[in-house]
Amino acid sequence: MVDTLPIAVTVNGRRRTLEVAVHHTLLDVLRDQLGLTGTKECCVVGECGACTVLVDGSAVNSCLVLAVEADGAEVTTVEGLATDGRLSPLQNAFLEKGAAQCGFCIPGQLMAAQALLAQNPHPTLTDVHEGLAGNLCRCAGYQQITEAVMAAAEAAVR
Amino acid sequence: MHAFAYARPATLAEALTLLEKHGPDARLLAGGTDLIVGLRQGAIRPAILIDLKRVAELRHVIDEVDGRIAISATAVMAEIENDDRVGRHFPALVEAAHVVGSVQIRNRATLAGNICNGSPAADTAPPLLVYGAVVVVAGLKGTRRVPIDDFIVGSHQVALERGELVTAIELPLPDRRLGAAYLRLTRRHGTDLASITLCCAVDEAGTTRLAYGSVGPRALLFIDESGVLADPGAPAEAKEAILERVFAEARPSPRSIRASPEYRRAMLRVLGARALRSAIERLAGG
Repeated sequence: MVDTLPIAVTVNGRRRTLEVAVHHTLLDVLRDQLGLTGTKECCVVGECGACTVLVDGSAVNSCLVLAVEADGAEVTTVEGLATDGRLSPLQNAFLEKGAAQCGFCIPGQLMAAQALLAQNPHPTLTDVHEGLAGNLCRCAGYQQITEAVMAAAEAAVR
Repeated sequence: MHAFAYARPATLAEALTLLEKHGPDARLLAGGTDLIVGLRQGAIRPAILIDLKRVAELRHVIDEVDGRIAISATAVMAEIENDDRVGRHFPALVEAAHVVGSVQIRNRATLAGNICNGSPAADTAPPLLVYGAVVVVAGLKGTRRVPIDDFIVGSHQVALERGELVTAIELPLPDRRLGAAYLRLTRRHGTDLASITLCCAVDEAGTTRLAYGSVGPRALLFIDESGVLADPGAPAEAKEAILERVFAEARPSPRSIRASPEYRRAMLRVLGARALRSAIERLAGG
C-alpha cells in the first residue's frame, strides 16, 4: 500500500492542491503530476543540479526533496521565468551568449543563476562560479553560461 | 524509491513518541541530502520517515543562550554561513559549512544531519571538535548533553540510543581569543567529498587544538598545551615533530577511490602546517 497525503503548493504563482505519494520527490510530482517537464531528472543524488528549482526562493535539488516536504511552499520552476510569453532577461542572455548547447542542464543552470542574482545582483566572476558550482554541463559550456549570467547582471544595472 | 510512511510531528514529544514506537524502522528526516540518496539507492529501507522540520521546539534555528550558541537540528548550512554570531565566534565552522556540497545542498543540508550521518569525511566535524561543541540529545526519558568527541564514534556510528534524537548542537562562546582556520583537500574545485578535512585553532594562552578527518573511521582531535605549535617563533622542526605525532593516528583507507594512503599522509602534513600558520596569523591579526 502506498501512503498518500494532500499538499498545497504554489507553483509558478498558481496555487495547486494535490494528492501525492509520500515517497515521491518534488521532481517526480512536478514532472509526472503537473506536467512541468522543464525540470530535468539526471543524477538523482544531488550532484548535477539539472533538477534545480526554487523553494521559497532558495535553490534546491528537487530530486532530494520529497513532495510532502514542499507542502505550503512556493515553488518556481524554469517554466515560471517567462512572463506573458516573453523570456526573462536571464533567459535572453543565455540565448544571446550561446550558453545552451544540448540544453539539458540549462533549466537547472537558469534556476541556480536566478537564485544567485536575486541574492547578489552584482556578482563577481568568482561569485558566479561558486553559485553555479552545483550545476554540471556535459557540453562544458561553462564559459558561455558564466558570461550569460554576468551579462544579465550587468543589463539589470543599466 | 520503495514506499514508506511519512510523519510530520508538530512537537518534540510527538516526534519522540513516534521514534520510540518505530525504533529502527524509523529514520529521521531533516535536510534529506544524505537520507534521500540512501533511500533511492535502497541502502536503507525504513518503514517510516519522521520529518523534524515542523517540530515547534526545533524552529528557533540559531540562538544565543547562557554563553553558548545553540544551532537547532533543523538549521541548514546556508543559515550557519550567514549568521553573524557564528561568523564572529566560530569562523572556521563557517568556512567548513561553506564548502559542503553546492548552494543547492547547503540550502537543505543541516549541521546536525552532517554529524548524525557519521561520514568520516563530514566537513563540519573537525571545527566542531576544535570548538568543543556539545550535542544535545533528547529522548522520552529526558535530555542529555554529549561532548562531540564522545558523540562521534566511528564510520556512520554516533552515540544515539534507540528512541533518541539530536535537538541541537551547542558551541560554548570562547573565553579566550582564538585564531582558527579550516582547510580541506579535494580532487577538484567545486562539489566534492574531501580527501582530508582539517581544522586548527590557537588561543592567546598558547593552546592549539587540531582536528582532522576523512583519513580514518572518524575525525580525531588533538590538544597541544606545550605552547610550541602556537608560538610564531618556535623552530619549524619542533612544530613538525609534534605534528608528526598528531598525524601518526591517521588510518587512511587503502581502498578509497579518492586518494591513496601515501598521498593523504603527505598532504595531512602540508594542510596541518598551513592551517596552523593561518590560525596563528588570524590570532595575531585579531
